[in-house]
Amino acid sequence: MSVKEIIDRCEVLFEDIDFTAAREWKAAKPGRKVVGYLPIYVPSEIIHAAGMLPLGVLGGGSDLEVIHGDAYYQSYICRIPRSTVELGVTKRLDFVDGMLFPSTCDVIRNLSGVWKLMFPEVYTRYFDTPQNYKKEIGGEFYKNDLRELLEGLEEMGGVKVTDDDLRASIEVYNERRQWVEKVYQFRRDQPWKTPSSEIYLLMRAGEVIPPEEHIQLMKDYLAAVELEERRMKDNTRVVLNGSFCEQPPLGLIKSIELAGCYIVDDDYIMANRMITTDIATEGDPLENIAYAFLTDSMPFPSKFEPSEEEKGLYLADYVRKAGAEGVIFAAASFCDPALLDQPLLHHVLDDQKIPYIAFQFAENSGQMQPIREQAGTFADSIKLWSAA
Amino acid sequence: MCADVSTDVIKDDSMLLQKKMIAGNYDKITSAPETGQKMVSTFVPGNINELIMCFDFANNLPEINALGNAMRKQSGSMISDAEKMGHSEDVCTYVKADLGMMAKGNIAPNGKPMPNPDMLMLSYTGCYTFLKWFELLREQYKCPTVMLHVPYEGDGKITKNMRDYVVKQLKEDVIPMMEEVSGVKFDIDRLREYMKASAKAEDDLVWVLKSAKNIRSPIDAYFGGVYYIGPIFGAFRGTEDAVDYYRMLRVEIEDRLAKGLGPVTPEGEMGEEKYRLVVEGPPNWTNFREFWKMFHEDGAVVVASSYSKVGGVYDYDGFRHDPQNPLESLAEYCMGCYTNRNLPDRTTMMADLVEEYQADGMLVNSIKSCNSFAAGELLMLREVEARTGKPCAFIETDLVDPRYFSPANVKNRLESYFQMIEQKRQSQAA
Repeated sequence: MSVKEIIDRCEVLFEDIDFTAAREWKAAKPGRKVVGYLPIYVPSEIIHAAGMLPLGVLGGGSDLEVIHGDAYYQSYICRIPRSTVELGVTKRLDFVDGMLFPSTCDVIRNLSGVWKLMFPEVYTRYFDTPQNYKKEIGGEFYKNDLRELLEGLEEMGGVKVTDDDLRASIEVYNERRQWVEKVYQFRRDQPWKTPSSEIYLLMRAGEVIPPEEHIQLMKDYLAAVELEERRMKDNTRVVLNGSFCEQPPLGLIKSIELAGCYIVDDDYIMANRMITTDIATEGDPLENIAYAFLTDSMPFPSKFEPSEEEKGLYLADYVRKAGAEGVIFAAASFCDPALLDQPLLHHVLDDQKIPYIAFQFAENSGQMQPIREQAGTFADSIKLWSAA
Repeated sequence: MCADVSTDVIKDDSMLLQKKMIAGNYDKITSAPETGQKMVSTFVPGNINELIMCFDFANNLPEINALGNAMRKQSGSMISDAEKMGHSEDVCTYVKADLGMMAKGNIAPNGKPMPNPDMLMLSYTGCYTFLKWFELLREQYKCPTVMLHVPYEGDGKITKNMRDYVVKQLKEDVIPMMEEVSGVKFDIDRLREYMKASAKAEDDLVWVLKSAKNIRSPIDAYFGGVYYIGPIFGAFRGTEDAVDYYRMLRVEIEDRLAKGLGPVTPEGEMGEEKYRLVVEGPPNWTNFREFWKMFHEDGAVVVASSYSKVGGVYDYDGFRHDPQNPLESLAEYCMGCYTNRNLPDRTTMMADLVEEYQADGMLVNSIKSCNSFAAGELLMLREVEARTGKPCAFIETDLVDPRYFSPANVKNRLESYFQMIEQKRQSQAA
């Protein structure tokens, strides 16, 4: 397949707010179940091991007209819960058997309760990750938490999941993470060949199709993109931060690129990359998943950083690792975790003399000109005035 | 949780006592550099005050400082300073008021500078912002910070796993760090004694809150309620002062009840009780007295509120601090705080309160700054209306940002709501 064919398919999946691909997966075999999850992270291995399709529900995107959802949320609450409710009320999620709401923020947390009240027939669970990273404390809690999740899925699906099922799913997701990292590394190395608008669509596709298909899609993309002739531009290399939950419109990513930036790292769809190493397949699989979160998960604003000295350093590391020249903070409006974290991250970047800009968006933001101007000015200022 | 009582208001003896207690606590905090007493900062929900006292710490609560500054009309400029420092307009104004207070020299209500805390006790209960708030403070104070992760009651229950997790954190993280910072060895019997005092005070508080079930309630459980919960939600739970305060308060309310009196307001005795309301959400602090007046001058009394449960739910399902199982009990206290309960349970609680307190309906005061409360309140409103058949209404204000209190708008909506209640009564009578 050509790059265009692959990305066209990803774009169809991205724009399809009726989730046709997931519906077709479910309909292909009687008894199949689909479990939706909101950002930032759930361990999809467990859903997969139960023979179910993990489905990323990342809001309604820029084209969904929110009519009902606005009646459930005040104007000063971000857009993702209202568009998610809209998806539910308009029956676009009526094929989803379970919904998981991770411990991302108060809004996503409370959305779990909204879902329980509005859709009582759906298996709905608030999914907690530990803020204590000691194996004997947070690890033990999380392992039991994962077991409760597994038991809930078993009951909902009428299935029994063995340790070997879990190990097999861990292997699938280990492979997927490896390919995600290969894609990200390729972009770091040759961003002119891998526009972020394409990488974004490729990663989004992984939220609505089985992981095995996503792996193949990434393999095909990297093989195809190697063959593409794409001109290197004198763009500014930037890391994008703050878009880990509500997703920006695709036009925003394109606008940043059109303004003269190569996005060489980002925090879009962190569920794909949250665990940074292979999860062990020997021993207790739930313990392995739990411990991987404790010791090998990416920092993100909803996760407590126990060390004051370490706070925010990860972002400077990403900048270095990606050879970036600056950071663009693009947080969703009213996103407490991102916006409260930003001043702390600004201070880290100030200390390390890494330039940055910040703006806010909503998933349905329509006016891209100001963002293009701001990003363009930022890119130009780095090219023209940076010490290098 | 009122930190400030203006001088031109009518005050009961219990209010004067509370004022003295709060002033004493601020004196204790600001004199710490001279006395050598160590100070810990922590939050109201999940406030483990009994444990903090076991290590002779003074307890400083940034939320109380922020709301106190709002009542003294000082929070606006503090928030503005924080926004100039790079904090978004969109985020919690408690945080910004606190950071702005620091920028202005961290002056306590007694006019003396607050010392830096020796430790930040991050009781992570029912509010994600707490995590970020103390990361921001830690950056400034560079002091030891301990996280107590209190799992959310997502499925409406406390499991053994959740309880064990909190107890383990207390035993293996919180207590060792408190010992290290304070130099005081932990004594579980001392904790038990404090918890006995807590339970005693809690009994009297519950009696006071439940007195609002009387038709012609002797209390207002929201505006007056913030005074009643002050000691027990703040630095005094577990102290003999709190036991005395709640005993005195109970006697006062018993007296009001016997005399058939309604609540006392800042302007004096409240007139006829025309409307009985349950209120969901925190109050506005910047215009607290003006806000209260909009209710009492129209004869509206709040007979129950969710805010009086934010630092502990004692009057709904019978929780008391248990000296026999002190750490387990502290864990259950933390997990049971109102905003740590899931939305279906909060909704059921509100609907139950409307029925039990024979209220005319539920009013939501939705707070721009507080997603923990606000996200889901519109659904709660519909549910409570459907379950009780009583009219519900919705207003919007903020905690400590004066820019988000629009008196004409709030008053207009309240008056419309009171008319709705009247219409409902008339239609029922017909």
